[in-house]
Amino acid sequence: MWRDHLTEIIIFSLLFLLVSGMGFVAARWRAPKDMAHLDEWGLGGRNFGGWITWFLVGGDLYTAYTFVAVPALVFGAGAMGFFAVPYTIVIYPLVFLVLARLWSVSHRHGFVTPADFVRSRFDSPVLALVIAITGIVATMPYIALQLVGIEAVLKAMGVTGESTLARHLPIIVAFAILAAYTYQSGLRAPALIAFVKDSLIYIVILVAIIYLPYKLGGWGDIFAAADAKFDASPAPGDGVLLNANNQLQYVTLAFGSALALFLYPHSLTGVLASRNRDVIKRNMSALPAYSLLLGLIALLGYMAIAADVTPLPGASEGTVDSNTVVPLLFDQQFPSWFTGIAYAAIGIGALVPAAIMSIAAANLFTRNIYKEYLRRDATAAQEANVSKITSLVVKIGAVACIVFLDPQFSIDLQLIGGVIILQTLPAVALGIYTRWFHRGGLVAGWVAGMGLGMWMLYQISSPTRKHFAGSAFPLEKFGFDTQKTIYVGIVAVLANLLVAAVVTLALRAAKVAEGVDGTARDDYFADEGDPRVTPGDRAGADAAPEPVA
Amino acid sequence: MAAPDPEAPPTASTRAKDKSPWNWLLFIPIVVPLVPAFFNGDSPRLFGFPRFYWLQLAYIILGVTTTTVVYQLTKKRGDR
Repeated sequence: MWRDHLTEIIIFSLLFLLVSGMGFVAARWRAPKDMAHLDEWGLGGRNFGGWITWFLVGGDLYTAYTFVAVPALVFGAGAMGFFAVPYTIVIYPLVFLVLARLWSVSHRHGFVTPADFVRSRFDSPVLALVIAITGIVATMPYIALQLVGIEAVLKAMGVTGESTLARHLPIIVAFAILAAYTYQSGLRAPALIAFVKDSLIYIVILVAIIYLPYKLGGWGDIFAAADAKFDASPAPGDGVLLNANNQLQYVTLAFGSALALFLYPHSLTGVLASRNRDVIKRNMSALPAYSLLLGLIALLGYMAIAADVTPLPGASEGTVDSNTVVPLLFDQQFPSWFTGIAYAAIGIGALVPAAIMSIAAANLFTRNIYKEYLRRDATAAQEANVSKITSLVVKIGAVACIVFLDPQFSIDLQLIGGVIILQTLPAVALGIYTRWFHRGGLVAGWVAGMGLGMWMLYQISSPTRKHFAGSAFPLEKFGFDTQKTIYVGIVAVLANLLVAAVVTLALRAAKVAEGVDGTARDDYFADEGDPRVTPGDRAGADAAPEPVA
Repeated sequence: MAAPDPEAPPTASTRAKDKSPWNWLLFIPIVVPLVPAFFNGDSPRLFGFPRFYWLQLAYIILGVTTTTVVYQLTKKRGDR
């Protein structure tokens, strides 16, 4: 019952109101002369320094869903759930140089989305459209999942109702507020709120990581309890360590997820909003602080085992909602005022990424669909306006996903999202380095990668589900005599690269036109202070018919 | 504030800016965390943590150190 959680609910609501206020005030923070431009609304003026970028990108990549789902995975499967740690270590050296180059070329040409870059690099609106749609489709369920994060907290506080509407009303209200201040303040809102969100999360986790082991008898006991649980369970893949059959899955999942992360449009939004190349490179060294946090949060799953937490029942009969284990652990172990703070940290943690993701998806629509196909002569102010409205539509869509569909559907989609966003790797990430691939080859590779990826995901079954039961593909389905599994995304992107390469050679042999590269070699190294990079300069090639404000 | 550099045209010096042999160091924190043979074991334990957990958390330090070193070393080259 919610009455037992009154203190928690009050603290949660107060902090929620505080950040909502900040969200509206953010429009005036580092205010530009003219907000009616995508660079201002959608990229915060492209002028964020090291600290803001750290909070913004950190708050963006390490989402509420991550904080709820990773420990839930560790709670359920053990070592396998810890893949999030190598994943978020490998990512930064991997993109250290790539992102700096992408920043430079984007600032010289006024690119707002990865598809903008692809369009100019490969001279292909079709390829750009493919990249844009992939980005939007991959991002939508991710936004919906942030709601799953909030819902886990609300459930633990006993805020549930009989009817569908009553159960979802708090979330609808929360998202309406979020939509309103994102509409008004753009990227500045999540950037400002991220300070509160991350501070709260750091406090909560530091306390949890010191206080809970003390209460539960120390780390030795916690791992022993987890070991005992997995020994007793019949599932073959779980355990405190990896076994011979899931090591390949662990490594490919970590590596594949790392490749995918910065292909998500919302991660690039944070990167493009930074002031210069040094801010990005320094952040690649500083962002792993969040990985440490994530590693410690993952271990909350074992603490929940040691504390005998039983997850609340799920949406359908006979299932459990394992996402509730961390909120329940806090509720059980902490005084209620501190639980309130912890819940607020998770709840606010959902708002930051949801805002950035909806902005990123809206920018993709505006730049690569609206301006490309619907209204070629759109002014900067019209672009900003379309983006603002699209961000509202995107959020309504996300809420509808949660209210009208089984949340499991969003989780499945997000799993697919990781696989499909990886299919933009050859065009976006490799495109930063080379123009060797033919635009036709890239489209063909994308089709092949998507097709294979979907087929593989469809084939994956579990004792409870026939299809789409995870991302671990059993290699025996390819005819190998083994129990090993592999991450679908890696196989799909390899097929993508192979097809892209073969078709490139074929098209080149057939002398099919390749288009003109809109970028120059020098563009990839330009930095702040370059006469064509300064934030005030909007006279880039792409914004030609813009009336001077 | 962002007045263009009064010095010579930037093309020649910017061109070399992100090419450096030090960049190869970045492969270390990409490859090492992805070798299960290193971390997939129980002993030795550290503060009650099996090796699987403390070693992978320690790789964070490896990653931070490498990116910091590469940043510092390549920055000097560029600013010359």
